[in-house]
Amino acid sequence: MYFSVWAALLLGTFITYKVAYIDLDRFNAAVALTIATIKALLVALFFMHIKGAHEKLLKLVVISTLFFLFILLVLSMADYGTRTWS
Amino acid sequence: MSDSTVVGLHDEEQHHPELLHHFAEPQQQRDAASLGMWIFLATEVMFFGGLFCAYLIYRRMYFGDFGAASKSIDATLGATNTAVLICSSLTVVLAVWAAQTALRKLLIGSLVITMLLGMVFLGIKAKEYKDKFEEHHVPGASFSFDHVPIPGHPGQYANPRHAEIFFSLYFIMTGLHALHMIIGLGLFAWLLFMAWKGRFTPEYHTPIEIGGLYWHFVDIVWIYLFPLLYLIDRHP
Repeated sequence: MYFSVWAALLLGTFITYKVAYIDLDRFNAAVALTIATIKALLVALFFMHIKGAHEKLLKLVVISTLFFLFILLVLSMADYGTRTWS
Repeated sequence: MSDSTVVGLHDEEQHHPELLHHFAEPQQQRDAASLGMWIFLATEVMFFGGLFCAYLIYRRMYFGDFGAASKSIDATLGATNTAVLICSSLTVVLAVWAAQTALRKLLIGSLVITMLLGMVFLGIKAKEYKDKFEEHHVPGASFSFDHVPIPGHPGQYANPRHAEIFFSLYFIMTGLHALHMIIGLGLFAWLLFMAWKGRFTPEYHTPIEIGGLYWHFVDIVWIYLFPLLYLIDRHP
């Protein structure tokens, strides 16, 4: 089981690296970050044992962490992204 | 409890020796340890998150200059380092499994290989830093980034001051990450020592599990650092 996750992670890394050299214009970053997020999810769910964890509060802690990170990144980018004056 | 008047002495059969008295049962103690480590990792997410936020803002502002700067760091070394860390996460997970199944040799071997892979990562990082020093890409008095073309915009050259911002972020983010790796190596050295002394059993191997959580977190940070720093604008 762990070995399949490991293989998927290595494959994801390889794909990310190779796709970076193909011109996808604006979607290069989106593809790279999507693959990175999938890899992070694989590590978190299976290597860090979130999936099947006994502690019931664990999901709450993980989701609220992601929520606050989301606020930090999204609201900051929304601020700078909507500044139409140079 | 026992009738003994000596503090700490009580019947082994009453509970597992590793069970601390403020917990009702071993599973609760394990859950508490895991939850505690996860909450710490939440603070670490915000720690790195601030740097990622700064990076995203400046990348958006100076995309061309960042692309030029990113092209000058070695993506192959970065990809290799990513693979090294992924392999080390596998060995960490194997170490936990070995502790659960009382396979001492696999446990010790996995911990040793994890540490070796961590050192390989740091070695490759050192080589990258050395290259940056030699090319005068370290922010400061001797920084120079003249006449570097912006990828995809022939005839345009990167603004050295904006490129310097990229390199500041590069060194701080990878430097902080490397510091976490060094701390991780220290933790695993201690885990290795305890494993060698036979401290871990299928019923008690919590330090390996939570040490593993820390190591996986450091891996996840790198999984995001790699595409963001190394692969901004690589296509010809």
